[in-house]
Amino acid sequence: MKIEILGTGCAKCKALFANVQKAVSEMGISAEIEKVEDYHQIANYGVMTTPALAVDGKVKLAGRVATPEEIKQMLR
Amino acid sequence: MSTLHSETCSQYLLLARRLKGPWILIPALMIWWLIYRILLPCAQWTTYTLFGLPQGSHLGASVEFFLYEVPKVLMLLVVVVFGVGIVRTFFTPERTRAILAGKRESVGNVLAALLGIVTPFCSCSAVPLFLGFVQSGVPLGVTFSFLIAAPMINEVAVVLLLGMFGWKITAIYIGAGLTVAITAGWLIGRMKMERYLEPWVIELLGKGRSEVLETRPTWQERMQAGMHAVHEIVGRVWLFVVIGIAIGAGIHGYVPTNSLAGWMGKENWWSVPLAALLGVPMYSNAAGIVPVIQALLGKGAALGTALAFMMSVIALSLPEMIILRRVLRPRLIALFIAVVAFGIICVGFLFNRIL
Repeated sequence: MKIEILGTGCAKCKALFANVQKAVSEMGISAEIEKVEDYHQIANYGVMTTPALAVDGKVKLAGRVATPEEIKQMLR
Repeated sequence: MSTLHSETCSQYLLLARRLKGPWILIPALMIWWLIYRILLPCAQWTTYTLFGLPQGSHLGASVEFFLYEVPKVLMLLVVVVFGVGIVRTFFTPERTRAILAGKRESVGNVLAALLGIVTPFCSCSAVPLFLGFVQSGVPLGVTFSFLIAAPMINEVAVVLLLGMFGWKITAIYIGAGLTVAITAGWLIGRMKMERYLEPWVIELLGKGRSEVLETRPTWQERMQAGMHAVHEIVGRVWLFVVIGIAIGAGIHGYVPTNSLAGWMGKENWWSVPLAALLGVPMYSNAAGIVPVIQALLGKGAALGTALAFMMSVIALSLPEMIILRRVLRPRLIALFIAVVAFGIICVGFLFNRIL
């Protein structure tokens, strides 16, 4: 599974990244977590508010930080 | 007695659960209103009775001002930010984009400025938002109208203006801000500035992938969004409020009345452009600047000059320009600053003249 965190390094993006790591480790799954910080790439996802989260290329969340619990729901 | 009490309590909880939607907020609002009403007597009592400061002294005036305004503004902020947080769950940036895409200029500019008020916006996502708009065919000038209105007219500015100046000046500010956003965006659109976007942005024009996360939040989720907005926005601006009001309180108590009428007054024509110019490098949000402006007005500064300063501080900020530099070439940024600054100066002159 490939999880991408879209955002340009703001505090909220970091918080989302940490929550994703937490969710993944708690679920005990193997996933590739990647930060996407390039505006061009973010635009290609059609995302207008950061931070955003994409799982296997599909946008699941935009514009806010989700809790580890919420993220678990999205990964299932 | 205690069983009776716990019974009514559980009945109340049951009722609150049954009343879905926003109705469960009514008791909370009533308590809020009661506290709000006694803030002034509390501040006066603390200042003159508890601290024993003499009535009419400089220090007394400053302390009373501070003790009254800080809780008042913070309480207003909590309520309004909560409400706006709920309203914003109805206006996502994606929906706003869908409304604006394919609109004719003029009409689009007006709509964009209005939607700029209610659409959630933070300068950290200014670039993705900008790209999202122009990608899906929102004209450049219309996008600018949005980008100018969104930070300038927001709930924090409106709360502070309402709380410290009353509704008339708030309405003037909103009206003037909308006018600047609409005309500046329209002008930029007329000038056909698309060629001054960064080359990779030009390639994206009109080739958007407008995938929308279309979700319909429940009322519970909307209220959570409201709480979240309070946590985030009030958490971010409260220190600005306290510092701004402290400076305002100092001016209020210690600067003699009318001492500013000379160089910030109506007769001094160059005070307006100077105020607009000074505001550009200054970066504060409305929370920090409004209390200072209010104190300055009380000491003889002219309204137009004060408005120009405030708009310039809020609407034209250096950090936002640096962020936008990623997508706009210097020429377009310069034009953006020039057009908005010109609009702000016009507003300043106009209000110094008519009021």
